[in-house]
Amino acid sequence: MKTKKKTASGGNRSEKRFNMALTASGGFIVVLLFAVFATLLAAAVASIKEFGLFFFIGKTWDSSTETFGALPFLVGTLCTSFLALLISIPFSIAISIFLGEYFKEGAVSTFLRSAVEVLAGIPSVIYGLWGLFLLMPAVRLLETQIGAPPHGVGIFTSSLILAIMIIPFSASIGREVITLVPGDLKEAAYSLGATRFEVIKNIIIPYARSGIIAGILLALGRAIGETMAVTMLIGNSNFLPTGIFSPANTMASVIANEFAEATGITASSLIYIALVLFFVTTVVNIIGTYVIQKVSIESSKEVT
Amino acid sequence: MFRDLARAISCAVISISIVLAAFCASAGDMELLGAGATFPQPLYSKMFDAYNQQYKVKINYQGIGSGGGINQLTKKTVDFGGTDAFMTAKELQAAGSPVLHIPTCLGAVVVTYNLPGSPKLNLTPEAIANIFLGNIKKWNDSRIVSANPNAKLPDLPITVVRRADSSGTTYIFTEYLTKVSGEWKSKLGTGKSVNWPAGSIGQKGNPGVAGYVKQTPGAVGYVELLYAIQNKMSYGSIKNKAGKFIEPTLKAVSAAANVKIPDDTNVSLTNTEAADGYPISGFTWLIFYKEQNYANRSKDRAEALAKMLLWAVNDGQKYVEPLQYAPLSKEAAAKANKIVRSMTYNGAPLFK
Amino acid sequence: MKDHAGARLIKDMIFKCAVCLFAFISLLPLYLILYYITKNGIMVINWDFLFSLPRPIGESGGGVFNAIIGTVMLIILSCIMSIPCGIAAGIYLSENKKGKLSNTIRLCVIVLQGTPSIVIGIIAYLWVVAPLKTFSALSGGIALSIMMLPVIIKTTEETLKLIPYHLKEASLALGVPYHRTILKVILPSGISGILTGILLSVARITGETAPLLFTAFGNQFMNMNILKPIDSLPYRIFYYAMSPYPEWHSFAWGASFILVVLTLALNLFARGISVKWKIQF
Repeated sequence: MKTKKKTASGGNRSEKRFNMALTASGGFIVVLLFAVFATLLAAAVASIKEFGLFFFIGKTWDSSTETFGALPFLVGTLCTSFLALLISIPFSIAISIFLGEYFKEGAVSTFLRSAVEVLAGIPSVIYGLWGLFLLMPAVRLLETQIGAPPHGVGIFTSSLILAIMIIPFSASIGREVITLVPGDLKEAAYSLGATRFEVIKNIIIPYARSGIIAGILLALGRAIGETMAVTMLIGNSNFLPTGIFSPANTMASVIANEFAEATGITASSLIYIALVLFFVTTVVNIIGTYVIQKVSIESSKEVT
Repeated sequence: MFRDLARAISCAVISISIVLAAFCASAGDMELLGAGATFPQPLYSKMFDAYNQQYKVKINYQGIGSGGGINQLTKKTVDFGGTDAFMTAKELQAAGSPVLHIPTCLGAVVVTYNLPGSPKLNLTPEAIANIFLGNIKKWNDSRIVSANPNAKLPDLPITVVRRADSSGTTYIFTEYLTKVSGEWKSKLGTGKSVNWPAGSIGQKGNPGVAGYVKQTPGAVGYVELLYAIQNKMSYGSIKNKAGKFIEPTLKAVSAAANVKIPDDTNVSLTNTEAADGYPISGFTWLIFYKEQNYANRSKDRAEALAKMLLWAVNDGQKYVEPLQYAPLSKEAAAKANKIVRSMTYNGAPLFK
Repeated sequence: MKDHAGARLIKDMIFKCAVCLFAFISLLPLYLILYYITKNGIMVINWDFLFSLPRPIGESGGGVFNAIIGTVMLIILSCIMSIPCGIAAGIYLSENKKGKLSNTIRLCVIVLQGTPSIVIGIIAYLWVVAPLKTFSALSGGIALSIMMLPVIIKTTEETLKLIPYHLKEASLALGVPYHRTILKVILPSGISGILTGILLSVARITGETAPLLFTAFGNQFMNMNILKPIDSLPYRIFYYAMSPYPEWHSFAWGASFILVVLTLALNLFARGISVKWKIQF
């Protein structure tokens, strides 16, 4: 009896500890994220005080005179990531339709799916290396053909590499939402004599639209924060870009280039940029994830 | 039942500590950390490799740019820094306690370019300033052609390549251009990083600039001489103050450095009076704190650093010339020795 | 009427062809990347490249042994730091499906997963490098472990969610205490999923460079001390790629080859585990 009692109470105590350990680990994540935000904010405070919201419209980034405006980097980031999206959308949607509708199973599908997964698994720095030695000469050739300054690096090159890097993300999300489209809807359309194209155009795309957009949004979040490949190919110019072939800098690449040597207000301004970057990617990610969750919950309701 | 959990946790803790202990166990041999200029990096990488073989002290030097070297020393994350620009009064003040500079070698900043046929060009100061200001946009511009009547210059757009990081090479180069060009002085001035005209390409470090110029036809950039030589890139002869076009060589750099050196070795070697001197050259320095007892540094560490610094300005000088840098003059070496010997630990000199 | 149907069918055909074309064009970069990495990388790889240290700038020969060891050490360090916490948080989420804290944690995981790696690098610099006054393997490991956490938490939660409730009920009905049920019944049956998650997260961080720029920093010597700067494969690739030396370019390709093989092997292994060890319910 005695031992039993002991184990029971011991069990209770350890149960409590076990639960506490679980809750603590969960709570740790929340604390961690809060600490990340607080650290960035605290380190950026000097720059926020100095430049405030003018930081976002200032065109000069000059550490010798200590005037900092992040507009060139905001524009650089927006240009590269939206151009990358534009390039990647046809491909990622094609892959999603291919895998989600035309070839759901079989060797072709498995091949394409694993190829896309491999593409997603290649490290960013290797994309940069590849871009440096293959994409850059190719783009330079194109630039000489059309009479642009033959830099080889710049917004266009970075967008190309970004597009390749984000295709897997939007494609795999797109595939998932397309497979969520209820079969009876599609069958109803087929039974009325619709062709596959019409089913895709009139049933699948409208139905999966919000999910596809969410996937694109998540890919955008990824493109905005991408650092290494872009740093190697963007040309690092702290000025407002003048065209799609001109060198520029994104928020992430300017941090990678200048953070090691930055002191005082320069460092604070770079962290201010990091804070903005953190904020933007957070918002984009939350919206994207929320939409996807909503889509999958709705479809599961309809199935049951 | 709790025992199981406890056992699991203690197992984990023990295995973690074993791993950590294994990692820390090899901490025995001394390792010094330095960072900064990429200008002398080939030399330092050779010197420290030799030093490791001889004295079994690892010296990890990372080329992150002179500005980075100064910043990381000030933040006390490295044992010493490397810079090609003497620290400014403001930077010295930010460092808190006195920082010493010792010169390790002299080097030339060359204007390197990628043109078909790799012609040897003569460059006037005005041409260089206007190229980097973005005023000269094509290689067959009359301002370049006039000094090179024999060279076949193509109708190729110029891509200006400059440093993206804060750099002592940039400092030497812009100091020279400030001295020779009024427009440069008013628009950009001298600095480790300046507000370059739009449209120029930024690259990290001397290697980055050299790498990009090498890949891009029509590109022009400025790098330390050795980077151009090692990569078989062409570079221009530059008209000096005496009006002669001087090819950057070890001799021409030494000639330019024939000036009086102050006790702190803070001296500018650009555009000097020397008739055979190459006009864009400069010292590169190692920087470190005079008082070595800071941030819990052990005396062993301080001594290892001091010993290495002394070696660099004496025995280590034999590695300088093979790599196309110019060695320190007797005067400069003597001053550097004196500076190293003034290092202290807890106020007491490290060398008796 | 017939013409109309024909036009529709042709449209259908064209669309199908377009989809297939676009889908396979997007494989072109993958093919090119793998082709060049293999072509340029495999030539460089020999005993010397794998097991010797880098030579001084401008001298030929040398290898990436220190970078390989460094990458392995960084992986071990970040695993030690992230796995226990990640699994525990994942269990918490699967056990407390609803509730304010659970929802907050889920939100945090999403945010953390989307946080750009360069921002995490800055955080590790501010948290570890600045106070310890030295660049170190530890700071790099911390940065990487922050990147691993969300993946582990998510996969753990999702795996445990799929385990049938009657398994847990049966165990509890036999009088097995709750924590023992979790540790001895639930976790083992979900082990394949959790392992897959860990491997995938390791694959994710193996190639990360941005968080290491200001933390692990790089080191041309071999280093086993976690409080000292350390080299890593991705950092070496970056450093060599940006250099002007042709031999270093080929080294960058060689190191890329190793890195790609490593990440692909991790991915494959992860998939193998999830197929082979999957417990059917």
